Amino acid sequence: MIRFDNVSKVYPKQTRPALRDVSLEVEKGEFVFLVGSSGSGKSTFLRLVLREERTSQGQVHVLGKDLARLSNWKVPQMRRQLGTVFQDFRLLPNKTVAENVAFAQEVIGKSKGEIRKSVPQVLDLVGLGGKEDRMPGELSGGEQQRVAIARAFVNRPKLLIADEPTGNLDPQTSVGIMKLLDRINRTGTTVLMATHDQNIVDQMRKRVIELEKGRLVRDQARGVYGYQH
Amino acid sequence: MRAQFVLSEIGVGLRRNLTMTFAVIVSVALSLALFGGSLLMSDQVGAMKGYWYDKVNVSIFLCNKSDAESDPNCAKGAVTDDQKKDILSDLKKMSVVETVAHESQDEAYKHYKEQFGDSPLAASLTPDQMQESYRIKLKDPEKYQVIATAFNGRDGVQSVQDQKGILDNLFTMLNLMNRAALGVMALMLIVALLLIVNTVRVSAFSRRRETGIMRLVGASGFYIQAPFIMEAAVAGAIGGGLACVFLVVGRYFTIDHGMALSSKLNLINFVGWDAVLTKLPLILAASVLMPALAAFFALRKYLKV
Repeated sequence: MIRFDNVSKVYPKQTRPALRDVSLEVEKGEFVFLVGSSGSGKSTFLRLVLREERTSQGQVHVLGKDLARLSNWKVPQMRRQLGTVFQDFRLLPNKTVAENVAFAQEVIGKSKGEIRKSVPQVLDLVGLGGKEDRMPGELSGGEQQRVAIARAFVNRPKLLIADEPTGNLDPQTSVGIMKLLDRINRTGTTVLMATHDQNIVDQMRKRVIELEKGRLVRDQARGVYGYQH
Repeated sequence: MRAQFVLSEIGVGLRRNLTMTFAVIVSVALSLALFGGSLLMSDQVGAMKGYWYDKVNVSIFLCNKSDAESDPNCAKGAVTDDQKKDILSDLKKMSVVETVAHESQDEAYKHYKEQFGDSPLAASLTPDQMQESYRIKLKDPEKYQVIATAFNGRDGVQSVQDQKGILDNLFTMLNLMNRAALGVMALMLIVALLLIVNTVRVSAFSRRRETGIMRLVGASGFYIQAPFIMEAAVAGAIGGGLACVFLVVGRYFTIDHGMALSSKLNLINFVGWDAVLTKLPLILAASVLMPALAAFFALRKYLKV
């Protein structure tokens, strides 16, 4: 699903690499936490997977494709197989819940009939059935993140990437979001989630990848947030 | 691609940037109206040159029957074959002359019809009323006076005309006006294109949330760019439409009505509506393509896909 081979990334005008010689593999259907302090390289890692950035050295394979060899015009095709969720939800404030979700299908040219069928389905899945016509501003943070997850999932991606999806939410709401992500994972979708949330990582007992100053320092099956000192 | 979705995006974009859109429309309209005007002006110069203009320097017009009655130069009657022979042989002896062509009355009639076509004056004319002439090309066009002194006042010669001399001042002026119009057009065009680039930049910035999401869910580059490009094209097309209106109205009021030059200067053969109409598609095409291209290149810089 995702493979990093000796990947390094140095941003222009910076001497310290954001990632140094990282190699790892994520299998289909896995649920993986990506942890590490700010500046450890988590965001760079995710940007490389989304091909928002290219590697300085080494290779990134996503869904079996070498991203370095993927020509620019094929990138959208690749991204259609990924779903993305962010800390700040990134909803369109002037569109309703249903329209926000439908937007992800409209812009890749899905037919109206298809959209009418899949939007209520996915909203039910994330627990927002009946709130189709609300505006994002009228929803709580947790509900907004559910809309974002619905949007990321409506095109049935093979890989869901979540960048601190619970970063703006209280612990109780976070648990609800994690349950939802777990459910999505159980449908066979691989989930890669960057997080700072110790409780969640400790509770879920999934694979944990820890980055520190750009290096891979831990890759642990059924891991916890940090070593107990 | 869903046309309705793209169309609504264009509408939103144009309204959000109303002032900028207005500026784009006005500058496109003015620059293209000037462009069309200068094209018409060169058509006009071409139409006034007539058949002989680029071919000869001097024309010797010979008396015909009606001149014999009305023109004092022709008091001795219409030109005879002997007089014509003398003139021709004298011309051929002169060293300044490069070539001489003879235009018969029928040929003169034909050329007149070609130039003035369906004007009322041309309709009432017959070949008899036309003048025979010798059309002379000089080795040095400045030596017009040599011919004039040699043949003016000679029997059978009605007049010697330095045809270029008559029209050249007018053409110089028209060409100057034309260049001025083209210069202003170039400036307006640069203004229009810069405005479009800026409009697209503002537009891309104010919609970065949407385009960011589109990018994430895998919308194609074309799909993301299309609304911006179409926005520029639509604004341009409106400007182009206005430019067309300016041209048509401009011709109507300067030539046909208002200033009514066609009735005041009825010896000038003005460009017709067909000349105006053939410019319109050109203007419309330019008004759509140029802004679209400008937007396309602006987006490469300001909209990461």
